[in-house]
Amino acid sequence: MTTDDFSDGAPVGRDATAPTPAARRTSNAFGSPGTDSTVKRIDLNDALIKHPDATFVMRAAGGAMHGAGIEDGDVLLVDRAVTASHGAIVIAVVDGELLCRRLEVVGAKSGRAVGQARLVAADSETSPVDVGQGQLEVWGVVTTVIKSLTF
Amino acid sequence: MYALIDGNNFYVSCERVFAPRLVGKPVVVLSSNDGACIARSNEAKELGVKMAQPWFQVKHLERSGGLIAVSANHELYGDMSSRMMAVEARYAPRQEVYSVDESFLDFTGVRDDLVATGKAMRAAILQETGLPTSVGFGATKTLAKLANHIGKTADRKPGSYPAHLAQVCDFGRLQQHELDALFAATEVGNVWGVGKRITEKLKAGGIHTVLDLVHADAQSLRRKFSVTLEKTLLELRGTSCMEVDDAPAPRQQILVSRSFGTAITHVDGIIEACSEFTSRAAERLRGQGSVAGAVGIFFMTSPFRQQDRQHSVNVTVPLVRPTADSAVLVSAAAAAVRAQFRAGFNYAKAGAVLTDLRPVGQEQGELDLFSALDDVAATPAEAARAKLMTAMDALNHRFGRDSVRLGSTAAASSTAEIRVWATKQERRSPRFTTRWDEMPVVRT
Repeated sequence: MTTDDFSDGAPVGRDATAPTPAARRTSNAFGSPGTDSTVKRIDLNDALIKHPDATFVMRAAGGAMHGAGIEDGDVLLVDRAVTASHGAIVIAVVDGELLCRRLEVVGAKSGRAVGQARLVAADSETSPVDVGQGQLEVWGVVTTVIKSLTF
Repeated sequence: MYALIDGNNFYVSCERVFAPRLVGKPVVVLSSNDGACIARSNEAKELGVKMAQPWFQVKHLERSGGLIAVSANHELYGDMSSRMMAVEARYAPRQEVYSVDESFLDFTGVRDDLVATGKAMRAAILQETGLPTSVGFGATKTLAKLANHIGKTADRKPGSYPAHLAQVCDFGRLQQHELDALFAATEVGNVWGVGKRITEKLKAGGIHTVLDLVHADAQSLRRKFSVTLEKTLLELRGTSCMEVDDAPAPRQQILVSRSFGTAITHVDGIIEACSEFTSRAAERLRGQGSVAGAVGIFFMTSPFRQQDRQHSVNVTVPLVRPTADSAVLVSAAAAAVRAQFRAGFNYAKAGAVLTDLRPVGQEQGELDLFSALDDVAATPAEAARAKLMTAMDALNHRFGRDSVRLGSTAAASSTAEIRVWATKQERRSPRFTTRWDEMPVVRT
């Protein structure tokens, strides 16, 4: 690229990783302050996905997780590398189907067997699913909910 | 030490990740045209479905055995494969991806407990991708592959091998007599690189098990068979002859073929199919930096349709000068089809094969000679064609296959058969991980 390329000074459509015209001119004149730290536009993949090889995108269907901020049609980022713990919103396999619920691991105080798990909806109507010890099959942990407000 | 990791019934496992209801059921994956079973779950194997068996021969098991068939979803398998390979790559300094579901890891110099490493890797792959795998360790690639086979078989058929070898099998920690017992219990045909024909010949010569092969005389094997089999023998004895990262030699031929979803009877349909296959082969040819000296086409009726009259054509057209130009290759292929076609048959399969391959540039001498002779200079026009080919490949790579095609590939024709050979995928699952509008739906 020559300096003629940005003689109009407009960075429209420029590669986000390329230094700005000003930075280039400066570096040409005074050595290289700042050319080594390339400026990069925010990348949602970097920001939202910690384990790219273990993360899957799913679409929510149904209203029972409304109370957890998940509505019909929302997009969920599901990370399989994260270990599910008590309170996490998980995708579980129930009767051969994928189901999104909050995971409750039964503790000592509950009066029920320790190690039992319960998959709880986030509305007032849907009844929880009790899962026997060793029967819980977590597919992944929901880390992010994406809601589209315009389309 | 090398490890070979591969996915168990890989295509079926990919389907099961997104459709848990398929777990525990007999499942087969059908080839692109829904013609043959190219992957089988263990349950389907138990129903008696054979590898590559035509679908119509096992279709009755849908009703009688609960067999479930899905069409191949290569986009999904490709993405799941790259996820699996990425997890594996964390465990060793060098990885060689050998096929869509197999990779070799080089553990040379790694002092860890390899069985523990293998189990950890297997668990990580299962957790992060949902795919079950088998892991084999051996001093050579051939031994690693054999260890993998034994680990997988011990898992699938309890009692076939000692149970502690299931899933993760490390030859390195076995005593010689234990190895010998495993080799004696394993048929020679299970060794990497020992195909059906060699197996038959070996058995005729009294070599039935892996142990028989290990004890065979290397030099006489080389005389009777090939250097390759001698190498295999040396590898079985623990001498590495195949390194990880060995650059694969340029392929000697490139073949693209397909069975048709519906039989083709008209010449235009065959031309269209052969032109398309030739284009695809040419794209691969350019991808490996070669030119072809000959283009072959074949088309045939189905031997499985015994009520049909049978006919098959297989013809090779040598080219005046080697080329990678799709237009030249396609027009040679189309001309060959036109010359050889006979009406009145139900053609079921066709293909194109490029042979006499050599690296670009090696043909230069001849090319100049011809240029001088016919005054068809290898010049601006040819340079422009090469540029066109490059641009075409780039566009197809970026925007998907068939975004750009040569005019001659889509033969102008009025027949309805024109695209019937195109992939028939009636039962394909959504491309869950590569298409925004096909992502899995979860009940909330």
